[in-house]
Amino acid sequence: MLSCKDATRRMSEAEDRELALSERLELGMHLAMCRGCRNYQQHLHVLREACRGYRDELTGDEPRAEADSGER
Amino acid sequence: MSYHAPYPQPTGEPAIIDNAFVEQVRRDMLAFAQLQLRDAALAEDAVQDALTAALTGGQDFAGRSALKTWVFGILRHKIVDLIRQQSRTTPISAFGDDEDSMDQAFDRLFKENAHWQPAHRPAAWGDPEASLRDKHFWAVFDACLTHLPKNTARVFMMREFLELDTGEVCTAAGISTSNCHVILHRARSALRGCLEKSWFLAGERPC
Repeated sequence: MLSCKDATRRMSEAEDRELALSERLELGMHLAMCRGCRNYQQHLHVLREACRGYRDELTGDEPRAEADSGER
Repeated sequence: MSYHAPYPQPTGEPAIIDNAFVEQVRRDMLAFAQLQLRDAALAEDAVQDALTAALTGGQDFAGRSALKTWVFGILRHKIVDLIRQQSRTTPISAFGDDEDSMDQAFDRLFKENAHWQPAHRPAAWGDPEASLRDKHFWAVFDACLTHLPKNTARVFMMREFLELDTGEVCTAAGISTSNCHVILHRARSALRGCLEKSWFLAGERPC
């Protein structure tokens, strides 16, 4: 059974590599029982979104709003 | 002081890419490069090179956003090149004093059996979407990012801002995959803790 500490590490790795099936199952079982770690997972997702948002703000990437008027 | 304008002066037709625009892009690029490189002189070099390459390349830009996308694309490559060059001479270490104190702070969140201390168990963050639309949130986020130690920041930013895959990040940083995972986990934990303390729970906890 994973500890919470191990679970946080595994959630982080899940952002960076594909977890093996057994690793996913183990993590899934832990998350099913542990609200703190489910919240941690939410926080990681917010963090990733924040990084994307901040980067796009600086680089001016506007994924859809690039209407070049005139063309076609 | 000899300052070469790094871009050709616009001629004739009304310039959509005027000096003011280039200056603003340059500021954004500098902020971007500084966040990743943590070295003002290196960041300045990277930006100058990228701007020069972009604006003397004779490309025809459909507009401002096309130009901005183009120069940032070049800047990303420059940043990774610089990190790669530096890590060849001074390999990025996963362990140092700053990293130690981050790990200790993280360890304090857990009991001896490695489960959460009740007082530190992560709580749900209310309405993160609203936070991401709040300009005050971005100031806090910037402060949290800036607070990361240099090596940790470089690895984390290559992964999350430049969106390199983990293998490319490890190679550029000259570190093993497992050290890479350690650093990324450490960075995320620190940023999570910083956002929680400085934003999501700031002023919310009733006594």
